[in-house]
Amino acid sequence: MHETMVAQSLMTIILEEAEKQRAKPVSAKISCGTLNPVNDEVLRFAFEAVAKDTSCEGVELHIEHKPIRARCNNCGREFDVELSDPACPACETGTFELLPDAPLIIEEISFQTDEP
Amino acid sequence: MKKIGVGKKILSENEKFALDNIMFFAEQKLLCLNMISSPGSGKTTILTRTINDLKDKIKVGVIEGDIQTDIDAERIKATGAPAVQINTEGACHLSATQISAALKQLPVADLDLILIENVGNLVCPSAFELGENGKIVVLSVAEGDDKPVKYPAIFAKSKALLINKSDLLGGGQVEFDMDRAKADAQRLNKTIEIFPISAKTGAGMSAWYDWLIRSVAKNRT
Repeated sequence: MHETMVAQSLMTIILEEAEKQRAKPVSAKISCGTLNPVNDEVLRFAFEAVAKDTSCEGVELHIEHKPIRARCNNCGREFDVELSDPACPACETGTFELLPDAPLIIEEISFQTDEP
Repeated sequence: MKKIGVGKKILSENEKFALDNIMFFAEQKLLCLNMISSPGSGKTTILTRTINDLKDKIKVGVIEGDIQTDIDAERIKATGAPAVQINTEGACHLSATQISAALKQLPVADLDLILIENVGNLVCPSAFELGENGKIVVLSVAEGDDKPVKYPAIFAKSKALLINKSDLLGGGQVEFDMDRAKADAQRLNKTIEIFPISAKTGAGMSAWYDWLIRSVAKNRT
């Protein structure tokens, strides 16, 4: 349920930007990594609840999940890690180093404009 | 429609406070470890036994996180160690601001180590940096050996894994494949230190103590 706090922080950022732009926000694109994931459904539900009666009401969230990558210690290949069965697709066995996970980020916000 | 790029961390507010805590721990040469597990894995028992057994070697302060009650802080205080209880009133994790506030209530100048007992939850606390030097994940054998594959994030991020309640093994009541749990944790985190322990009987605790003493000493230099 940490999505509630994510929703609140997300709304604070969108409201700040909306004030700067003097425009109504329509949608926001966010992305997260594999080790700090959000549940899309829960986040959308929480966001809808906190955004009610603010200018964020109705803002659509586009959520992208980025895979975590790793480098194989044996062949040096970089690959997307499947957490349920983490292994280098070339060597299949052996150890690997996890590369830094993508952070939970708000990438862009779209605003309504007067022009069509 | 107008698009603007933001590129901002959504939890950046929490991370600002976490950074302040990192600076604070560095200035004070205090080691801070954040213990994360499911409810009932034995975190508080591990803490009380560790504090008692290391009384002459390490001065520990504890920050307790729970949704309700100060039961855990009282258990810690009974050992003589200073403890601060945070009640999250429903929140599933501790945040960095709560740690900053709790630190003001601890005699930090007299301490070597701050142990944070996070809210019992194997998922959410792993997403919130508190400014700690490292995370310790606790798994008790009754929870099952499949937890590292089912909840990979916390095992990937932790410096050490304590596999508690090892005294329940061997009697046939609890099925737990120690090798499987270790191998699964190490697949995602090859530097993770693993300590099978029983905080109840004391079995395996000395290896954990050695690691803790070494970590405190390394942090002082």
